[in-house]
Amino acid sequence: MNVVVDLNRCQGYAQCAFLAPEVFTMHGEEALLYHPVVPDGQLERVRRAVAACPVQAILMGEEAGAGAR
Amino acid sequence: MRGEVRDGRIVIVGASLAGLRAAETLREKGFTGSLTLVGEEPQPPYDRPPLSKQVLLGRVPADRTGLPRRRDVEAQWRLGVRATGLDPIGKRVLLADGEEVPFDRLLIATGTRARPWPNPAEAALDGVFTLRTSDEARRLAERLDAGPRRVLVIGAGFTGSEIASACRERGLAVTVAERGPAPLVGALGGTLGALAAKLQRAHGVDLRCGVTVTALEGDGRLTGAQFSDGTHIDADVAVVALGAIRNTEWLAESGLAAGPRGVTCDAGCRAFDMYGIVTDDVFAAGDIARFPHPLFEYQLLSLEHWGNAVAQAEVAAHNMVNPGPRRLPHLTVPAFWSSQFGLNIKSVGVPTFSDQVVIAQGSLKDARLVAVYGYRGRVTAAVSVNQARSLAYYQRLIETAAPFPPAPGAADQIESPVPVPSDVPDPKLLSHGPTVALTGHMPDRRLTVVQPAR
Repeated sequence: MNVVVDLNRCQGYAQCAFLAPEVFTMHGEEALLYHPVVPDGQLERVRRAVAACPVQAILMGEEAGAGAR
Repeated sequence: MRGEVRDGRIVIVGASLAGLRAAETLREKGFTGSLTLVGEEPQPPYDRPPLSKQVLLGRVPADRTGLPRRRDVEAQWRLGVRATGLDPIGKRVLLADGEEVPFDRLLIATGTRARPWPNPAEAALDGVFTLRTSDEARRLAERLDAGPRRVLVIGAGFTGSEIASACRERGLAVTVAERGPAPLVGALGGTLGALAAKLQRAHGVDLRCGVTVTALEGDGRLTGAQFSDGTHIDADVAVVALGAIRNTEWLAESGLAAGPRGVTCDAGCRAFDMYGIVTDDVFAAGDIARFPHPLFEYQLLSLEHWGNAVAQAEVAAHNMVNPGPRRLPHLTVPAFWSSQFGLNIKSVGVPTFSDQVVIAQGSLKDARLVAVYGYRGRVTAAVSVNQARSLAYYQRLIETAAPFPPAPGAADQIESPVPVPSDVPDPKLLSHGPTVALTGHMPDRRLTVVQPAR
Protein backbone atom coordinates (compact mmCIF):
# COMPACT_ATOMS: atom_id res chain seq x y z
CA MET A 1 0.00 0.00 0.00
CA ASN A 2 1.16 3.50 -0.81
CA VAL A 3 0.03 6.91 0.39
CA VAL A 4 0.16 10.35 -1.11
CA VAL A 5 -0.81 13.53 0.70
CA ASP A 6 -2.37 16.45 -1.14
CA LEU A 7 -0.28 19.11 0.56
CA ASN A 8 -2.42 21.87 -0.94
CA ARG A 9 -5.21 20.56 1.27
CA CYS A 10 -3.04 19.71 4.28
CA GLN A 11 -3.37 22.34 6.98
CA GLY A 12 -0.98 20.88 9.49
CA TYR A 13 -3.53 19.47 11.95
CA ALA A 14 -0.96 16.69 12.58
CA GLN A 15 -3.60 14.04 13.35
CA CYS A 16 -1.75 11.67 11.00
CA ALA A 17 1.58 12.29 12.74
CA PHE A 18 -0.15 11.48 16.03
CA LEU A 19 -1.87 8.30 14.81
CA ALA A 20 0.86 6.87 12.53
CA PRO A 21 4.14 8.50 13.51
CA GLU A 22 6.26 5.96 11.62
CA VAL A 23 4.71 7.10 8.34
CA PHE A 24 3.87 10.78 8.96
CA THR A 25 6.13 13.29 10.71
CA MET A 26 6.01 17.04 11.10
CA HIS A 27 9.07 18.84 9.84
CA GLY A 28 9.28 22.16 11.58
CA GLU A 29 6.06 23.61 12.96
CA GLU A 30 3.83 23.11 9.94
CA ALA A 31 5.41 21.08 7.14
CA LEU A 32 4.49 17.40 6.79
CA LEU A 33 6.87 14.70 5.57
CA TYR A 34 5.60 11.20 4.93
CA HIS A 35 6.84 7.80 3.82
CA PRO A 36 5.01 6.92 0.58
CA VAL A 37 5.22 3.13 1.15
CA VAL A 38 3.21 1.94 4.15
CA PRO A 39 5.09 -0.76 6.10
CA ASP A 40 2.94 -3.90 6.57
CA GLY A 41 2.60 -3.50 10.33
CA GLN A 42 1.40 0.08 9.94
CA LEU A 43 -1.63 -0.46 7.70
CA GLU A 44 -4.26 -0.17 10.43
CA ARG A 45 -2.65 2.94 11.90
CA VAL A 46 -2.50 4.59 8.47
CA ARG A 47 -6.14 3.70 7.80
CA ARG A 48 -7.03 5.50 11.03
CA ALA A 49 -4.92 8.49 10.00
CA VAL A 50 -6.66 8.64 6.61
CA ALA A 51 -10.04 8.64 8.34
CA ALA A 52 -9.01 11.17 10.98
CA CYS A 53 -7.54 13.82 8.63
CA PRO A 54 -9.86 16.84 9.07
CA VAL A 55 -9.33 17.93 5.44
CA GLN A 56 -9.21 14.41 3.93
CA ALA A 57 -5.86 15.08 2.31
CA ILE A 58 -4.45 11.53 2.46
CA LEU A 59 -5.02 9.01 -0.33
CA MET A 60 -4.10 5.38 0.30
CA GLY A 61 -4.15 2.66 -2.35
CA GLU A 62 -2.29 -0.02 -4.26
CA GLU A 63 0.66 1.30 -6.21
CA ALA A 64 -0.58 2.38 -9.64
CA GLY A 65 0.54 0.42 -12.68
CA ALA A 66 2.85 -1.80 -10.64
CA GLY A 67 1.85 -4.82 -12.72
CA ALA A 68 3.20 -3.07 -15.81
CA ARG A 69 6.79 -3.19 -14.57
CA MET B 1 -24.09 10.03 -28.78
CA ARG B 2 -23.73 8.85 -25.24
CA GLY B 3 -22.39 5.46 -26.27
CA GLU B 4 -19.97 7.04 -28.69
CA VAL B 5 -18.01 8.94 -26.09
CA ARG B 6 -17.98 6.16 -23.49
CA ASP B 7 -16.24 3.64 -25.73
CA GLY B 8 -13.58 3.66 -28.42
CA ARG B 9 -9.83 4.01 -27.94
CA ILE B 10 -8.24 6.57 -25.65
CA VAL B 11 -4.47 6.98 -25.52
CA ILE B 12 -2.75 8.98 -22.78
CA VAL B 13 0.83 9.99 -23.53
CA GLY B 14 2.61 10.70 -20.25
CA ALA B 15 2.39 8.25 -17.34
CA SER B 16 2.99 10.55 -14.41
CA LEU B 17 0.57 12.29 -12.03
CA ALA B 18 -1.67 13.90 -14.68
CA GLY B 19 -1.77 10.80 -16.88
CA LEU B 20 -2.64 8.52 -13.97
CA ARG B 21 -5.35 10.76 -12.53
CA ALA B 22 -6.88 11.20 -15.99
CA ALA B 23 -6.96 7.42 -16.49
CA GLU B 24 -8.68 6.92 -13.14
CA THR B 25 -11.20 9.65 -13.86
CA LEU B 26 -12.01 8.21 -17.30
CA ARG B 27 -13.00 4.91 -15.69
CA GLU B 28 -14.88 6.69 -12.89
CA LYS B 29 -16.90 8.59 -15.51
CA GLY B 30 -17.90 5.37 -17.21
CA PHE B 31 -15.39 5.03 -20.05
CA THR B 32 -15.57 1.37 -21.13
CA GLY B 33 -13.30 1.41 -24.18
CA SER B 34 -9.62 0.58 -24.50
CA LEU B 35 -7.17 2.73 -22.60
CA THR B 36 -3.42 2.90 -23.23
CA LEU B 37 -0.86 4.82 -21.19
CA VAL B 38 2.49 5.58 -22.78
CA GLY B 39 5.37 6.61 -20.51
CA GLU B 40 9.00 7.33 -21.32
CA GLU B 41 10.27 6.22 -17.92
CA PRO B 42 10.30 2.49 -17.16
CA GLN B 43 8.70 2.82 -13.72
CA PRO B 44 4.99 3.22 -13.04
CA PRO B 45 3.70 6.68 -11.99
CA TYR B 46 5.46 8.13 -8.98
CA ASP B 47 5.22 11.28 -6.90
CA ARG B 48 7.84 13.98 -7.51
CA PRO B 49 7.55 16.44 -4.59
CA PRO B 50 9.24 14.01 -2.15
CA LEU B 51 12.30 13.77 -4.44
CA SER B 52 13.71 17.14 -3.37
CA LYS B 53 12.68 16.66 0.28
CA GLN B 54 12.27 13.17 1.81
CA VAL B 55 14.56 11.50 -0.75
CA LEU B 56 17.42 14.02 -0.52
CA LEU B 57 17.17 13.91 3.27
CA GLY B 58 17.74 10.15 3.04
CA ARG B 59 14.40 9.26 4.63
CA VAL B 60 12.86 7.54 1.61
CA PRO B 61 14.63 5.64 -1.21
CA ALA B 62 14.10 7.35 -4.57
CA ASP B 63 12.34 4.34 -6.09
CA ARG B 64 9.74 4.18 -3.31
CA THR B 65 7.58 7.22 -4.07
CA GLY B 66 5.07 5.32 -6.25
CA LEU B 67 1.66 6.94 -6.52
CA PRO B 68 -1.28 5.05 -5.03
CA ARG B 69 -4.19 4.49 -7.39
CA ARG B 70 -7.74 5.47 -6.57
CA ARG B 71 -9.17 2.58 -8.60
CA ASP B 72 -8.18 -0.01 -11.16
CA VAL B 73 -7.74 1.71 -14.53
CA GLU B 74 -7.71 -1.48 -16.68
CA ALA B 75 -5.16 0.02 -19.02
CA GLN B 76 -2.41 -1.20 -21.28
CA TRP B 77 0.77 0.31 -19.93
CA ARG B 78 3.47 1.05 -22.50
CA LEU B 79 6.26 2.09 -20.16
CA GLY B 80 9.89 2.73 -21.02
CA VAL B 81 9.08 3.93 -24.53
CA ARG B 82 8.99 7.51 -25.76
CA ALA B 83 6.36 8.95 -28.07
CA THR B 84 8.14 10.42 -31.08
CA GLY B 85 5.30 11.78 -33.18
CA LEU B 86 1.59 12.36 -33.63
CA ASP B 87 -0.30 11.84 -36.87
CA PRO B 88 -3.49 13.86 -36.36
CA ILE B 89 -5.13 12.73 -39.61
CA GLY B 90 -4.38 9.03 -39.27
CA LYS B 91 -5.04 9.41 -35.51
CA ARG B 92 -2.04 7.49 -34.23
CA VAL B 93 0.82 8.09 -31.85
CA LEU B 94 4.25 7.04 -33.10
CA LEU B 95 6.60 5.39 -30.61
CA ALA B 96 10.38 5.26 -30.45
CA ASP B 97 10.36 1.47 -30.85
CA GLY B 98 8.70 1.84 -34.27
CA GLU B 99 5.23 0.86 -33.13
CA GLU B 100 2.11 2.96 -33.62
CA VAL B 101 -0.82 3.32 -31.25
CA PRO B 102 -4.14 4.27 -32.88
CA PHE B 103 -6.61 6.42 -30.95
CA ASP B 104 -10.04 8.00 -31.16
CA ARG B 105 -9.19 10.54 -28.47
CA LEU B 106 -5.75 11.50 -27.17
CA LEU B 107 -4.58 13.13 -23.95
CA ILE B 108 -1.19 14.83 -24.01
CA ALA B 109 0.36 14.81 -20.54
CA THR B 110 4.08 14.63 -21.29
CA GLY B 111 5.05 17.23 -18.70
CA THR B 112 8.53 18.66 -18.40
CA ARG B 113 12.12 17.60 -17.93
CA ALA B 114 14.96 19.35 -16.12
CA ARG B 115 16.75 22.05 -18.09
CA PRO B 116 20.31 20.75 -18.51
CA TRP B 117 23.51 22.72 -18.01
CA PRO B 118 24.02 24.47 -21.36
CA ASN B 119 27.63 23.37 -21.88
CA PRO B 120 27.44 19.61 -22.71
CA ALA B 121 31.07 18.88 -21.84
CA GLU B 122 30.68 20.51 -18.42
CA ALA B 123 27.27 18.86 -17.91
CA ALA B 124 28.92 15.48 -18.47
CA LEU B 125 31.40 15.95 -15.59
CA ASP B 126 31.00 13.40 -12.82
CA GLY B 127 29.31 15.26 -9.98
CA VAL B 128 26.97 17.43 -12.08
CA PHE B 129 23.29 16.61 -11.56
CA THR B 130 19.77 17.71 -12.42
CA LEU B 131 16.72 16.74 -10.34
CA ARG B 132 13.44 15.89 -11.96
CA THR B 133 13.11 12.10 -12.20
CA SER B 134 13.37 9.47 -9.49
CA ASP B 135 16.50 8.14 -11.19
CA GLU B 136 18.13 11.57 -10.96
CA ALA B 137 17.09 11.82 -7.31
CA ARG B 138 18.58 8.39 -6.55
CA ARG B 139 21.94 9.31 -8.03
CA LEU B 140 22.05 12.68 -6.27
CA ALA B 141 21.02 11.19 -2.91
CA GLU B 142 23.77 8.57 -3.23
CA ARG B 143 26.32 11.31 -3.87
CA LEU B 144 25.10 13.31 -0.88
CA ASP B 145 25.38 10.15 1.25
CA ALA B 146 29.04 9.94 0.28
CA GLY B 147 29.63 13.31 2.00
CA PRO B 148 30.82 15.79 -0.61
CA ARG B 149 32.94 18.68 0.67
CA ARG B 150 30.79 21.34 -1.00
CA VAL B 151 27.59 21.30 -3.05
CA LEU B 152 26.93 24.05 -5.59
CA VAL B 153 23.26 24.68 -6.38
CA ILE B 154 22.76 26.67 -9.58
CA GLY B 155 19.41 28.47 -9.55
CA ALA B 156 17.44 29.52 -6.47
CA GLY B 157 13.86 28.78 -7.48
CA PHE B 158 11.81 26.34 -5.40
CA THR B 159 13.69 23.22 -6.47
CA GLY B 160 17.12 24.80 -5.98
CA SER B 161 16.15 26.20 -2.59
CA GLU B 162 14.71 22.87 -1.41
CA ILE B 163 17.92 21.11 -2.49
CA ALA B 164 20.00 23.66 -0.59
CA SER B 165 17.79 23.18 2.46
CA ALA B 166 18.17 19.37 2.39
CA CYS B 167 21.95 19.69 2.01
CA ARG B 168 22.20 22.04 5.00
CA GLU B 169 20.06 19.68 7.06
CA ARG B 170 22.57 16.97 6.25
CA GLY B 171 25.31 19.31 7.44
CA LEU B 172 26.85 19.73 3.99
CA ALA B 173 28.51 22.98 2.88
CA VAL B 174 26.36 24.62 0.20
CA THR B 175 26.84 27.49 -2.22
CA VAL B 176 23.76 28.75 -4.05
CA ALA B 177 24.19 30.87 -7.19
CA GLU B 178 21.28 32.91 -8.54
CA ARG B 179 21.33 35.46 -11.33
CA GLY B 180 18.30 37.30 -9.88
CA PRO B 181 18.39 39.53 -6.80
CA ALA B 182 17.17 36.87 -4.30
CA PRO B 183 15.94 33.26 -3.98
CA LEU B 184 12.30 32.60 -4.94
CA VAL B 185 11.98 36.14 -6.27
CA GLY B 186 10.73 34.93 -9.63
CA ALA B 187 7.73 33.23 -8.03
CA LEU B 188 7.06 35.40 -4.98
CA GLY B 189 8.49 38.86 -5.73
CA GLY B 190 10.91 41.05 -3.83
CA THR B 191 9.41 41.12 -0.32
CA LEU B 192 9.41 37.36 0.25
CA GLY B 193 12.57 36.99 -1.84
CA ALA B 194 14.38 39.13 0.73
CA LEU B 195 13.01 36.92 3.52
CA ALA B 196 14.20 33.79 1.67
CA ALA B 197 17.69 35.28 1.29
CA LYS B 198 17.88 36.06 5.01
CA LEU B 199 16.66 32.58 5.86
CA GLN B 200 19.18 30.81 3.63
CA ARG B 201 22.08 32.80 5.10
CA ALA B 202 20.82 32.18 8.66
CA HIS B 203 20.98 28.45 7.87
CA GLY B 204 24.56 28.70 6.71
CA VAL B 205 24.07 28.77 2.94
CA ASP B 206 26.76 30.64 1.02
CA LEU B 207 24.18 32.52 -1.06
CA ARG B 208 25.41 34.53 -4.03
CA CYS B 209 22.84 36.61 -5.89
CA GLY B 210 23.30 38.73 -8.98
CA VAL B 211 25.92 36.35 -10.33
CA THR B 212 25.97 33.55 -12.86
CA VAL B 213 28.11 30.46 -13.03
CA THR B 214 30.32 30.94 -16.07
CA ALA B 215 32.12 27.61 -16.00
CA LEU B 216 32.01 24.24 -14.26
CA GLU B 217 35.55 22.97 -13.93
CA GLY B 218 37.10 19.55 -13.69
CA ASP B 219 38.83 16.80 -15.55
CA GLY B 220 36.31 13.98 -15.67
CA ARG B 221 35.19 14.88 -12.15
CA LEU B 222 33.80 18.23 -11.07
CA THR B 223 36.28 20.17 -8.98
CA GLY B 224 34.91 23.72 -8.88
CA ALA B 225 33.06 26.55 -10.52
CA GLN B 226 33.83 29.99 -11.84
CA PHE B 227 31.43 32.91 -11.27
CA SER B 228 30.70 35.97 -13.38
CA ASP B 229 32.06 38.26 -10.64
CA GLY B 230 35.49 36.66 -11.03
CA THR B 231 35.29 34.53 -7.89
CA HIS B 232 35.82 30.78 -7.78
CA ILE B 233 34.73 27.98 -5.46
CA ASP B 234 35.80 24.38 -4.97
CA ALA B 235 32.86 21.98 -5.20
CA ASP B 236 32.55 18.28 -5.91
CA VAL B 237 28.79 18.26 -6.54
CA ALA B 238 26.78 20.74 -8.62
CA VAL B 239 23.02 20.57 -8.96
CA VAL B 240 21.66 22.40 -11.99
CA ALA B 241 18.25 23.79 -10.96
CA LEU B 242 17.55 26.06 -13.92
CA GLY B 243 13.88 25.21 -14.33
CA ALA B 244 12.16 22.91 -16.77
CA ILE B 245 11.76 22.27 -20.48
CA ARG B 246 8.35 21.22 -21.77
CA ASN B 247 8.32 17.89 -23.56
CA THR B 248 6.70 19.11 -26.78
CA GLU B 249 9.36 18.19 -29.36
CA TRP B 250 7.48 15.05 -30.37
CA LEU B 251 4.55 17.27 -31.45
CA ALA B 252 6.62 19.42 -33.83
CA GLU B 253 5.05 17.95 -36.98
CA SER B 254 1.58 17.45 -35.50
CA GLY B 255 0.08 20.78 -36.54
CA LEU B 256 -0.86 21.50 -32.92
CA ALA B 257 -0.13 24.80 -31.15
CA ALA B 258 2.81 23.19 -29.38
CA GLY B 259 6.08 24.90 -28.59
CA PRO B 260 8.56 25.74 -25.85
CA ARG B 261 5.77 27.23 -23.70
CA GLY B 262 3.59 24.13 -23.89
CA VAL B 263 0.52 22.96 -25.77
CA THR B 264 -2.11 25.67 -25.97
CA CYS B 265 -5.58 24.49 -25.05
CA ASP B 266 -8.94 25.97 -24.10
CA ALA B 267 -10.46 26.00 -20.62
CA GLY B 268 -11.90 22.56 -21.40
CA CYS B 269 -8.39 21.17 -22.04
CA ARG B 270 -8.99 20.79 -25.80
CA ALA B 271 -5.76 21.45 -27.71
CA PHE B 272 -5.57 24.18 -30.35
CA ASP B 273 -3.98 23.61 -33.70
CA MET B 274 -1.32 25.98 -35.03
CA TYR B 275 -4.01 28.29 -36.49
CA GLY B 276 -5.83 28.60 -33.17
CA ILE B 277 -8.62 26.24 -34.21
CA VAL B 278 -9.75 24.03 -31.38
CA THR B 279 -9.54 20.26 -31.83
CA ASP B 280 -12.18 17.97 -30.43
CA ASP B 281 -10.21 14.76 -30.04
CA VAL B 282 -6.86 15.95 -28.66
CA PHE B 283 -6.65 17.14 -25.05
CA ALA B 284 -3.81 18.39 -22.83
CA ALA B 285 -3.30 18.42 -19.06
CA GLY B 286 -0.61 19.09 -16.47
CA ASP B 287 2.72 20.89 -16.86
CA ILE B 288 2.53 20.64 -20.65
CA ALA B 289 -0.77 22.54 -20.96
CA ARG B 290 -1.07 26.28 -21.45
CA PHE B 291 -4.59 27.52 -20.90
CA PRO B 292 -6.51 30.80 -20.49
CA HIS B 293 -7.62 31.59 -16.93
CA PRO B 294 -10.47 34.08 -16.46
CA LEU B 295 -9.28 35.11 -12.98
CA PHE B 296 -6.06 36.34 -14.52
CA GLU B 297 -7.53 38.23 -17.48
CA TYR B 298 -7.50 35.15 -19.69
CA GLN B 299 -3.72 35.14 -19.72
CA LEU B 300 -2.44 31.82 -20.92
CA LEU B 301 -0.95 30.06 -17.89
CA SER B 302 1.47 27.16 -17.77
CA LEU B 303 1.63 25.85 -14.23
CA GLU B 304 4.20 23.38 -12.93
CA HIS B 305 2.03 22.59 -9.93
CA TRP B 306 1.09 19.22 -8.46
CA GLY B 307 -2.47 20.37 -7.78
CA ASN B 308 -2.92 21.69 -11.31
CA ALA B 309 -1.87 18.34 -12.78
CA VAL B 310 -4.56 16.61 -10.70
CA ALA B 311 -7.35 19.13 -11.31
CA GLN B 312 -6.69 19.62 -15.00
CA ALA B 313 -6.41 15.88 -15.63
CA GLU B 314 -9.80 15.37 -14.02
CA VAL B 315 -11.40 18.06 -16.17
CA ALA B 316 -9.74 16.73 -19.34
CA ALA B 317 -10.92 13.19 -18.60
CA HIS B 318 -14.46 14.35 -17.87
CA ASN B 319 -14.58 16.27 -21.14
CA MET B 320 -13.19 13.33 -23.12
CA VAL B 321 -16.26 11.25 -22.25
CA ASN B 322 -18.95 13.95 -22.20
CA PRO B 323 -20.61 15.70 -25.15
CA GLY B 324 -20.32 19.49 -25.56
CA PRO B 325 -22.99 20.91 -23.24
CA ARG B 326 -21.92 18.69 -20.35
CA ARG B 327 -18.28 19.71 -20.51
CA LEU B 328 -16.57 21.44 -17.61
CA PRO B 329 -14.05 24.29 -17.56
CA HIS B 330 -10.76 24.09 -15.69
CA LEU B 331 -11.05 27.15 -13.44
CA THR B 332 -9.16 25.93 -10.38
CA VAL B 333 -7.29 28.63 -8.47
CA PRO B 334 -3.58 27.78 -8.84
CA ALA B 335 -1.99 26.56 -5.60
CA PHE B 336 1.34 25.07 -4.56
CA TRP B 337 3.48 24.41 -1.52
CA SER B 338 7.14 24.17 -0.64
CA SER B 339 8.93 23.24 2.56
CA GLN B 340 12.46 24.47 3.11
CA PHE B 341 14.65 25.61 5.98
CA GLY B 342 12.02 24.41 8.45
CA LEU B 343 9.25 26.56 6.97
CA ASN B 344 6.01 25.67 5.25
CA ILE B 345 5.40 27.99 2.29
CA LYS B 346 2.05 27.82 0.52
CA SER B 347 0.57 29.88 -2.26
CA VAL B 348 -2.85 30.42 -3.86
CA GLY B 349 -3.49 32.49 -6.95
CA VAL B 350 -0.66 33.79 -9.14
CA PRO B 351 1.76 36.00 -7.15
CA THR B 352 3.54 37.11 -10.30
CA PHE B 353 0.25 38.52 -11.59
CA SER B 354 0.58 41.51 -9.29
CA ASP B 355 1.80 45.06 -8.95
CA GLN B 356 1.61 45.38 -5.15
CA VAL B 357 2.00 43.21 -2.07
CA VAL B 358 1.05 43.72 1.58
CA ILE B 359 1.82 41.69 4.68
CA ALA B 360 -1.77 41.05 5.78
CA GLN B 361 -1.04 38.86 8.81
CA GLY B 362 2.03 38.18 10.93
CA SER B 363 5.47 39.57 10.20
CA LEU B 364 8.61 39.01 8.19
CA LYS B 365 10.58 39.25 11.44
CA ASP B 366 8.92 36.12 12.85
CA ALA B 367 8.87 34.34 9.46
CA ARG B 368 5.20 33.62 10.08
CA LEU B 369 2.93 35.63 7.83
CA VAL B 370 0.49 35.91 4.98
CA ALA B 371 1.48 38.15 2.08
CA VAL B 372 -1.40 39.23 -0.15
CA TYR B 373 -0.77 40.26 -3.74
CA GLY B 374 -2.89 42.66 -5.79
CA TYR B 375 -3.14 43.74 -9.39
CA ARG B 376 -4.79 47.06 -10.18
CA GLY B 377 -6.77 47.12 -6.98
CA ARG B 378 -7.94 43.52 -6.71
CA VAL B 379 -6.58 40.51 -4.85
CA THR B 380 -4.80 38.04 -7.16
CA ALA B 381 -2.69 35.87 -4.83
CA ALA B 382 -1.71 35.08 -1.26
CA VAL B 383 1.39 33.35 0.10
CA SER B 384 1.61 32.00 3.63
CA VAL B 385 4.73 31.20 5.60
CA ASN B 386 3.93 28.85 8.51
CA GLN B 387 0.38 30.19 8.46
CA ALA B 388 -1.34 27.79 6.05
CA ARG B 389 -4.76 27.77 7.67
CA SER B 390 -5.44 31.35 6.63
CA LEU B 391 -5.13 30.62 2.94
CA ALA B 392 -8.68 29.35 2.36
CA TYR B 393 -9.93 32.80 3.33
CA TYR B 394 -7.69 34.54 0.81
CA GLN B 395 -8.58 32.02 -1.87
CA ARG B 396 -12.18 33.22 -1.60
CA LEU B 397 -10.98 36.82 -2.00
CA ILE B 398 -9.13 35.83 -5.17
CA GLU B 399 -12.13 33.94 -6.56
CA THR B 400 -14.39 36.94 -6.02
CA ALA B 401 -11.87 39.53 -7.27
CA ALA B 402 -12.09 41.30 -3.88
CA PRO B 403 -10.55 44.77 -3.59
CA PHE B 404 -6.84 45.13 -2.81
CA PRO B 405 -5.52 45.83 -0.24
CA PRO B 406 -7.81 43.57 1.80
CA ALA B 407 -9.39 44.89 4.99
CA PRO B 408 -6.99 44.53 7.94
CA GLY B 409 -7.32 41.44 10.14
CA ALA B 410 -8.97 42.08 13.50
CA ALA B 411 -6.48 40.50 15.88
CA ASP B 412 -3.14 40.99 14.23
CA GLN B 413 -0.60 43.67 14.88
CA ILE B 414 0.57 44.29 11.35
CA GLU B 415 4.21 45.13 10.95
CA SER B 416 3.81 46.84 7.58
CA PRO B 417 0.19 47.48 6.64
CA VAL B 418 1.08 49.58 3.61
CA PRO B 419 1.23 47.88 0.21
CA VAL B 420 4.59 48.04 -1.50
CA PRO B 421 5.53 47.20 -5.10
CA SER B 422 5.58 43.44 -5.50
CA ASP B 423 8.87 43.60 -7.41
CA VAL B 424 8.34 40.63 -9.65
CA PRO B 425 11.34 40.61 -11.95
CA ASP B 426 11.26 39.80 -15.64
CA PRO B 427 11.86 36.01 -15.80
CA LYS B 428 14.76 36.70 -18.17
CA LEU B 429 16.70 38.07 -15.19
CA LEU B 430 16.53 34.77 -13.29
CA SER B 431 18.81 31.76 -13.35
CA HIS B 432 15.88 29.39 -13.35
CA GLY B 433 12.77 29.21 -15.49
CA PRO B 434 9.52 30.29 -13.80
CA THR B 435 7.26 27.55 -12.43
CA VAL B 436 4.29 29.72 -13.34
CA ALA B 437 4.61 31.28 -16.75
CA LEU B 438 2.28 34.04 -17.86
CA THR B 439 2.65 33.32 -21.51
CA GLY B 440 -0.12 35.27 -23.12
CA HIS B 441 -0.03 38.93 -23.93
CA MET B 442 -1.55 41.69 -21.85
CA PRO B 443 -4.20 43.46 -23.93
CA ASP B 444 -3.61 46.72 -22.04
CA ARG B 445 0.12 46.73 -22.68
CA ARG B 446 0.28 47.61 -26.32
CA LEU B 447 3.80 46.52 -26.96
CA THR B 448 5.78 43.67 -28.33
CA VAL B 449 9.13 42.73 -26.90
CA VAL B 450 11.58 42.20 -29.73
CA GLN B 451 14.72 40.39 -28.64
CA PRO B 452 17.77 40.41 -30.86
CA ALA B 453 19.22 36.98 -31.58
CA ARG B 454 22.13 36.20 -29.28
